[in-house]
Amino acid sequence: MKPDVAEVWTWLDQVPDPEIPVISVVDLGIVRDVQWADDELCVAVTPTYSGCPATRVISMDIETALRDHGVDKLRITTRISPPWTTDWLSDKGRDRLTEYGIAPPRAAGGPAACPRCNSTNLDRISQFGSTPCKAHWRCKDCLEPFDYFKCI
Amino acid sequence: MHDNATFEFLCRMGDNTLVLGHRVSEWCGVSPVLEEDIALANTALDLIGQTQMWLGLAGDIEGKGRSADDLAMLRDVWDFRNLLLVEQPNGDFGQTLMRQFLFDAWHVRMLQALTGSSDKRIAEIAAKAVKEASYHVERSGDTVIGLGDGTAESHGRMQAALDLLWPYVGEMFICDDVDEAMKSAGIAPDPNDLRAGFDSHVTQVMTDATLLIPEDDFAHKGGKNGHRHSEHLGHMLTQMQWLQRAYPGASW
Repeated sequence: MKPDVAEVWTWLDQVPDPEIPVISVVDLGIVRDVQWADDELCVAVTPTYSGCPATRVISMDIETALRDHGVDKLRITTRISPPWTTDWLSDKGRDRLTEYGIAPPRAAGGPAACPRCNSTNLDRISQFGSTPCKAHWRCKDCLEPFDYFKCI
Repeated sequence: MHDNATFEFLCRMGDNTLVLGHRVSEWCGVSPVLEEDIALANTALDLIGQTQMWLGLAGDIEGKGRSADDLAMLRDVWDFRNLLLVEQPNGDFGQTLMRQFLFDAWHVRMLQALTGSSDKRIAEIAAKAVKEASYHVERSGDTVIGLGDGTAESHGRMQAALDLLWPYVGEMFICDDVDEAMKSAGIAPDPNDLRAGFDSHVTQVMTDATLLIPEDDFAHKGGKNGHRHSEHLGHMLTQMQWLQRAYPGASW
């Protein structure tokens, strides 16, 4: 059995990011390539941050999902160039992040608005947050802290 | 000779991030406040991730089948090629951040230069790592300014940290045989070429932090060529390598 590459992409879009389960690994932009080499399916994955501990889990989750869909011969490779950028986050992914309470990345370097109350009266607490890809901000109107997905 | 020098150079890059990454990780769970604990742990994580790439490539180029883990866990002090600066103990929080800033201000420039390396593999790793180093230096610089231009207590501690660590700055810019080989092959920059940018950046931050850079430019050396590490590295390795030394090949 050799499913179409487009179908494989839809399967991968069902694999959640292990730390931000509302978005898929495809939304995150870390699946860089899917293609068949004879009867072997080759998937290229790029790490978000070089030390991100989720990277290995993501590769395992991808492998499990594809095997569940009947792919037997499978090779997952790590591709570091070009380096991952938040520009690769999908629009769907950005919307879901906001609904989940995480402000999506912006080129301007900070969140556009509080994901809870939409206020723009914001303050950065730290460049670092609960995972390597996030920073810690707070809203000075609703007084809630929130995560901001860093722009890199 | 060329591959041997490249191996040495990659060990320098990887050992810097490994040793500093381990040092910074020693703060995990004991930092002054939660946000700083998270920031330090994330910084350590980035550095150790970069180590995987540098030492992984070093092992490939060496061609003896050594993995990044083998190089990290099974070499002894005399085979480490990190700068003396990064093996210095954490001291207080201010001293840790001062060490971090001095390293970051060099690291970000070295990585920027390496993105133009004639060795594509090195350029790719640098392009990945420089993004992380850029926000490391932003944070460590801001913290040095905040603490230096803070209370009398924090100012005094930051000045003491700068006085203590400044003699370890010079080693970053020494150009030896390995650097010459890297430079002539177009693989890495002449370390001297990074000095002017480093100096202007550090001077700006220290001025904003109301701290005085020591006038004496004496430089300790012996880390990046492995000739003479400080006593601290061996003690650190007994912690870092303990598991693989006690239970060789242990995995989970």
